[in-house]
Amino acid sequence: MAFEPSTGVAAVRAGMLAGRAWGGAMSLLRFAIVVAGTFLGLLAITFFIGRVVPIDPVLSVVGDRATKEVYEAARQAMGLDRPLIVQFFSYVGDVLRGDLGRSVSTGRLVIDDLARVFPATLEMATTGIVIGVALGVPMGVVAATRQGSLVDQAIRVLGLLGYSVPAFWLGLVGLAVFYAGLGWVAGPGRVDIFYDGLLDPVTGLYLVDSLIAGEWDIFRNAVSHLVLPASILGFFSLAYIARMTRSFMLDQLGQEYVTTARVKGVPERRVVWRHAFYPIRIQLITVIGLSYASLLEGSVMIETVFSWPGIGNYLTTALLNADMNAVLGATLVIGAVFILINKISDVLYRILDPRARR
Amino acid sequence: MIAWLLDDSPTSRLQAGLGRAWRVWTALLRNPLAVVGGLIILVLVAMAVFAPLIAPQSPVGQDLANRLMPPSAAHWMGTDELGRDIYSRVVYGARITLLIVAMVAVIAAPVGLVVGAVSGYFGGWADRILMGITDIFLSMPKLILALAFVAALGPGIENAIIAIAITAWPVYARIARAETITFRDAEFIAAVRLQGASSVRVILRHVLPLCASSTIVRVTLDMAGIILTAAGLGFLGLGAQPPLPEWGAMISRGRNFILDQWWVATMPGFAIILVSLGFCFLGDGLRDVLDPKQGEKQ
Repeated sequence: MAFEPSTGVAAVRAGMLAGRAWGGAMSLLRFAIVVAGTFLGLLAITFFIGRVVPIDPVLSVVGDRATKEVYEAARQAMGLDRPLIVQFFSYVGDVLRGDLGRSVSTGRLVIDDLARVFPATLEMATTGIVIGVALGVPMGVVAATRQGSLVDQAIRVLGLLGYSVPAFWLGLVGLAVFYAGLGWVAGPGRVDIFYDGLLDPVTGLYLVDSLIAGEWDIFRNAVSHLVLPASILGFFSLAYIARMTRSFMLDQLGQEYVTTARVKGVPERRVVWRHAFYPIRIQLITVIGLSYASLLEGSVMIETVFSWPGIGNYLTTALLNADMNAVLGATLVIGAVFILINKISDVLYRILDPRARR
Repeated sequence: MIAWLLDDSPTSRLQAGLGRAWRVWTALLRNPLAVVGGLIILVLVAMAVFAPLIAPQSPVGQDLANRLMPPSAAHWMGTDELGRDIYSRVVYGARITLLIVAMVAVIAAPVGLVVGAVSGYFGGWADRILMGITDIFLSMPKLILALAFVAALGPGIENAIIAIAITAWPVYARIARAETITFRDAEFIAAVRLQGASSVRVILRHVLPLCASSTIVRVTLDMAGIILTAAGLGFLGLGAQPPLPEWGAMISRGRNFILDQWWVATMPGFAIILVSLGFCFLGDGLRDVLDPKQGEKQ
């Protein structure tokens, strides 16, 4: 495009702003389409698992002794005589209305069950990520500043262990050592049995609810139940966060502006934490988001070990009872939250990083 | 011999291939962690192959008089609630673990490679649709997806393998696509096409082999995750069924005795950790040798 003096600065600027707004709207639209597509994909997968993979979903309801009439009636009542694509869209409609079916084992609506158990998982995963970030980020920074040192090696080994230790095994060993052996923490469950049901479920988070009620005993008890499973979850996020922080920091510390700052005589502490750490916060948001999402998933195994009445425990109990509505409902909710956190951290990255914004 | 291997102008395809393999091999040997990892995996394979010779006892033979015995000279890892020697069961369990990881790799890697190569080679709508599907699978929580699939398919080792493979392929599709795009317009591809090669031939004979090294690295690194998922399924009672000595299922059985007879649950766990670490070490080493630019990014 040739430069035309007649257009004037104001017009150019207005054009640029309009262009940017247009670009922003387009990227927002594209993002919405991607998210919607991903959710539709998730629904397609759960639909496929629920209606297509089992040999015959009707048989699992009426049993194999049913007469032909009963079978046909059940088949029509379940809507299975319709074409698959029609079934899929009615399934999507059901899910959008919050209808996930009824759980065979609890007899309640799956959506109500999930709403009841979700806070327990949220409490554990959030505590886990707080532990992971609070320890993982400083460890990563220290490892980067002392590359090759003993600390660095220890963090490297820790990171590899995060990939190789089964979470459920670590949970069992933790219970054996810290609960049965040393008696430092409370055992399985969210609170001791005699505190159970004493709290008004305001948020469903026991730590918050007990503070609201001013019940210090319950709060302390809940903390001592929470600390072990949350630490184990925290260990897995720590391993990942520390490794990523280390590599981001190494990138920054190798750059010329850091050398310049050092040459100018800026104290090393300030160079590391102010100059080099500042730019990596944005990358860290994505990493933390990813590991938070994976903690929600990791809590499935941990909850099973600790009899933690969260969504993971609900899912595994349903699995063993062949309660397909509950399994698919839990899968859908975990999957949706997982995708949502991933996408949100993606968007945050784009908003916060001036390079990605353009 | 070594001079022949390292000849700068190999006279045959075999010589070039062997020479490359030799360079990779020597580079790996210089990396201590990779050597350790390789040794661990060698031991795993040996245990799986020679299980009847290595294991002192049968993995399923019960001996109720000697149930829940602590580790001793007779039973290195103690005995479980049916008096079975845990060490023997861990040795036989290597077969199941190896079977699962090998089958998942054999199913998931080729599927992912073909999807990715087709996607990258043809571009356009094929690319958009295939990568859309890949991205959807990539953004799902893997363990949950595998759990749901096994729930629908029914518990068992074959279904566990299928479920894990379904969650594992998208990564390879991404890798293959990225690699394919970098040399899709290269001159050697154009030359093959001018000679009249079909798209199928170009992809199978010329595109896929070039994706091999990065795929091998990725598969090795993914092995730890696959082992953990398989053990998790076994722990939940959805993988290999008793009396098969699957490590995750063994931990699950030992759960009831964890407070007093700690060895029942912990010993198989050490086996899982050791083997997963082995694959991590080897994968890291392979990446440094085969794919240095990937380096710390992962």
